[in-house]
Amino acid sequence: MAEITNTGFLTAISEQSAGVSIELDNVTKVYPGQSAPAVENFSMSIEPGEFVVFVGPSGCGKTTTMKMINRIIEPTSGSIRIDGKDVLSLDPNALRRHIGYVIQQIGLFPHRTIAENIGTVPRMLGWSKSKVAERVDELLRTVQLDPADFAKRYPKQLSGGQQQRAGVARALAANPPVMLMDEPFGATDPITREKLQAEFLRLQAELGKTIIFVTHDFDEAIRLGDRIAVMSERSKIEQFDTPANILAAPANDYVASFIGQGAAIKRLTLIPVTAARLLPVAEGSPGIPADGSLRDALDLIVLTGSRAINVVDADGRPMGSLDHATISAVLGTPSKRGGRG
Amino acid sequence: MSTATADPVDWSTGEVTRFRDRSAMVARWAAAPAFVAVALIATFAFVSALQLDSIEQRTLNPDYITARIREHIVLTIVASALVAVLAIPAGILVHRVQSRIFRGIVLTIGNIGQATPAIGVVILLAIVWQTGFATAVVALVAYSFLPVLRNTMIGLEQVSPEAKEAARGMGMTPGQVLRHIELPLATPTILAGLRTSLVFAVGVATVATFINAGGLGDMIVNGLKLQRFPVLLVGAVLVAAIAILIDWLAGIVEDLVRPKGL
Repeated sequence: MAEITNTGFLTAISEQSAGVSIELDNVTKVYPGQSAPAVENFSMSIEPGEFVVFVGPSGCGKTTTMKMINRIIEPTSGSIRIDGKDVLSLDPNALRRHIGYVIQQIGLFPHRTIAENIGTVPRMLGWSKSKVAERVDELLRTVQLDPADFAKRYPKQLSGGQQQRAGVARALAANPPVMLMDEPFGATDPITREKLQAEFLRLQAELGKTIIFVTHDFDEAIRLGDRIAVMSERSKIEQFDTPANILAAPANDYVASFIGQGAAIKRLTLIPVTAARLLPVAEGSPGIPADGSLRDALDLIVLTGSRAINVVDADGRPMGSLDHATISAVLGTPSKRGGRG
Repeated sequence: MSTATADPVDWSTGEVTRFRDRSAMVARWAAAPAFVAVALIATFAFVSALQLDSIEQRTLNPDYITARIREHIVLTIVASALVAVLAIPAGILVHRVQSRIFRGIVLTIGNIGQATPAIGVVILLAIVWQTGFATAVVALVAYSFLPVLRNTMIGLEQVSPEAKEAARGMGMTPGQVLRHIELPLATPTILAGLRTSLVFAVGVATVATFINAGGLGDMIVNGLKLQRFPVLLVGAVLVAAIAILIDWLAGIVEDLVRPKGL
């Protein structure tokens, strides 16, 4: 392991496990032998701890853009800064040990146990055996795999969803401040995917990493992202905003077509019922918990055929009621990010 | 690399219980030596029952036979060790250089080595260089180089690109990717190549006799020239027995060395 000049910086960012800023400045990638760039003048500024989703059709350059951040792909021109430091000035291998990286096919090492897989980067960073073992245990628990059961297994002895969790644990191993994720849940079935997404959001709420997440699934982008970059050919950013704002006001036809049908319903998923102006309690109507979304509320209205439904607090006491009109009224005013609880 | 196998997995302990595999493995491990033992005993019984003349007695005695066997095995092992030391690095080099031209050149050389009849190489080398052990080893190495070279290349190419990308993404240097990921995953294929070339070498080592390098070829050729069938028979049976036993041993090593989890 060659000693590099910027170890100090990398140590510094690795201690900042809670996320750092990332700036891309006029980044361009032209593959040799191709006249058209795959990525052209891409600029973006990402806040520390922000969860940014790149969404766009296959081949639009979103993955290439992401892979330039850890220099799996070298940019042709432009600059990329992590926590203000130009990554092109760092040793690429040392840099990558401080950036979590998850790919769709996971790429667990088949000849190594799950524990060995997860311990890869810490071992490369020279952690002691006991510290690595402790960390592996902690991570397995974090991704809800029982260490006693899973640590000694080989990857092929795990289901797809379990492998993906192990992959996420491996990427988190050295507690990197930045995570790059390339369609990490793309190969799992819809039920497992939703579960993994929900778990990952919960994890991120604790960890506060700076995450760049690539997907072609717009619904996944809405569910996960703090901000979404909708991209077209050559990684052109068509719109970069919160899910709520993109759904409420798509910047152009391209973005609108990418959102697809049911934008209003999708927006409702992002807004808690408490964001609506509640009407007086409607006696005898069905109730919905206060931490539900407006979409859940609409669902209940449609399902029960009630004119209105009551919002109930944690103790089951009705706080007020909602009907079609109040839900529509919320959509009428472009909301800032409604948030998810 | 298959991701799913029919191994019954005990999910409570996470251990792969491979009963069927294990009994198959034991059967495989026991079959070859048993077969060889039967063939050797039968040959011994047959030859013992014969009245041997003085020419036959000169070769069909324990001292002569053990000396030839030792020569034969030493030739085989030295040549195969050299093949391993030369062909595996050559395969790694070809894989890493990623140049089609270079790959073509190396493969062509390997192909020529294998396609040229070993007896021709041995005799040519003896004419232009010298007779004896070293020449025989060179000819053997040339002949059995290709399987190891080709299997090393194929083994490395077959390593899943995802595992390699993940390794690179985690900050492994190219050397670390090779040592920790590519070579372990290519091990079964490389070992299979070595096994093939070992068996090649056992057979081809019989031509060493023509350049005075000894081995069991001595018995076969003498038996033919002097029309002494028992000598020919014992030489041929012993070569076959060594080939089978070496293949058997290599198979066991393969089973033991193969990385777990594959």
